[in-house]
Amino acid sequence: MPEVDTPREVKYLDPRVAIIRHRVEHVGNVVAIASGKGGVGKTTLATLSALVLSKRGLRVGLLDLDFNCPACHIVLGAQDAKPREEYGLVPPKVYGVEFMSIAMFVGDKEVPMRGVDIVNAMIEILAITRWSKLDLLLIDLPPGTSDEVLEVARLLKHKLKTILVTTPSRLSIAGVRKLWEVLKKLNVPTLGLVINMVRNINEIKAVEEEVRKWGIENVATLPYDSELENAIGSPDKLLNTEVAREIRRFWDKVLEVMMAPQQRTPG
Amino acid sequence: MVHEWALAEAVLYSLLDVTKKYSDHKIKEVVIEVGELQGIDLEVLKFALKELAKSLGLEDVLFRVEVTEAEFRCRSCGFTWKLSDVRKKLDEATREAIHFVPDIVHTFIQCPRCGSPDYEIVRGRGVCLKSILLEKSST
Ligand SMILES: Nc1ncnc2c1ncn2[C@@H]1O[C@H](COP(=O)(O)OP(=O)(O)O)[C@@H](O)[C@H]1O
Ligand SMILES: [Mg+2]
Ligand SMILES: [Zn+2]
Repeated sequence: MPEVDTPREVKYLDPRVAIIRHRVEHVGNVVAIASGKGGVGKTTLATLSALVLSKRGLRVGLLDLDFNCPACHIVLGAQDAKPREEYGLVPPKVYGVEFMSIAMFVGDKEVPMRGVDIVNAMIEILAITRWSKLDLLLIDLPPGTSDEVLEVARLLKHKLKTILVTTPSRLSIAGVRKLWEVLKKLNVPTLGLVINMVRNINEIKAVEEEVRKWGIENVATLPYDSELENAIGSPDKLLNTEVAREIRRFWDKVLEVMMAPQQRTPG
Repeated sequence: MVHEWALAEAVLYSLLDVTKKYSDHKIKEVVIEVGELQGIDLEVLKFALKELAKSLGLEDVLFRVEVTEAEFRCRSCGFTWKLSDVRKKLDEATREAIHFVPDIVHTFIQCPRCGSPDYEIVRGRGVCLKSILLEKSST
């Protein structure tokens, strides 16, 4: 080499990681729905939140990152939704919500992946999905503090906030507390906590007391609704449930905090 | 398959980061390693790289693309095999799905010896910038 100083630098850099930042450049807020345990209502909350907020006129995206058990498409009744190829993948719109899920590639087949595969799949999906200008991108996560949660925090750290979900059970609270600790150490802010499937208002006293200690201000409760199962797959029915009404109320408070410093773009 | 454009864009944005970090250098040559599992159309990728490079002021960069053969090792029985050994069994729709998200290969391919879906992708997945050659700017 004739010139001085020719470092052959940055070996084995994954270029997809660099583009992920740009892919969410026009997304106002990225909010992941997370929990310590499974079956507490993350998918329900993520999907209903997307429907409720889209109905309200916000531009909303929904990304299902539960690779082992994707279910947002079942809640939405969007089994046939497919992305469009255009310099990457453009997510289809379902009930006004820009939606992306691994189910669009594997259908209802199983996806037996280990951590390294999960991380790669996540990088690929985030790198090739072209969201339009959104007020909010909601992410549905699997439970726990493993690969999906850690990786989404690494890749979207500059934008990521979370909403935690638990049931009133002490087992579920024990799990969500560990998650909250991890998020705190990663500097990922928590916008609120939802206590789901509440049958008796007395049973939430202990939970509320516990989470106030963590400094989470916005705590909402969602009732147990035996009719919810019948509404799965029909967004119109879902929007008419008691659970959806409470979710709407919860977001009133979240939006106040979240959207305060920036301009809200009309839909 | 315009998915190549998304990857070309990823490469160029990474290079822009590099030029910002080494502002007194110019990028001469970039070697991009692409896993066979990505199912990339090399001609489309090279075309996309050239076009995007022009629009980002990186038209002088020489791009070299290398493809790494995909190889798997079964975690259940230890058997190793290559994508080329099993590709014929995949239909067009499945190949397309794997092209978008290569890791879902675990849904569609099992170990040819024992049938296990638990195997390691030893090589041949993902995209990486294997080397970036910088040269001190003359100005
Ligand atoms: N408030 C509720 N009332 C009744 N059933 C609920 C409620 N929230 C969730 N469910 C049901 O509980 C199950 C688990 O919910 P889901 O959203 O899939 O949890 P997660 O995503 O945390 O695993 C689903 O069958 C869902 O329909
Ligand atoms: Mg779920
Ligand atoms: Zn085997």
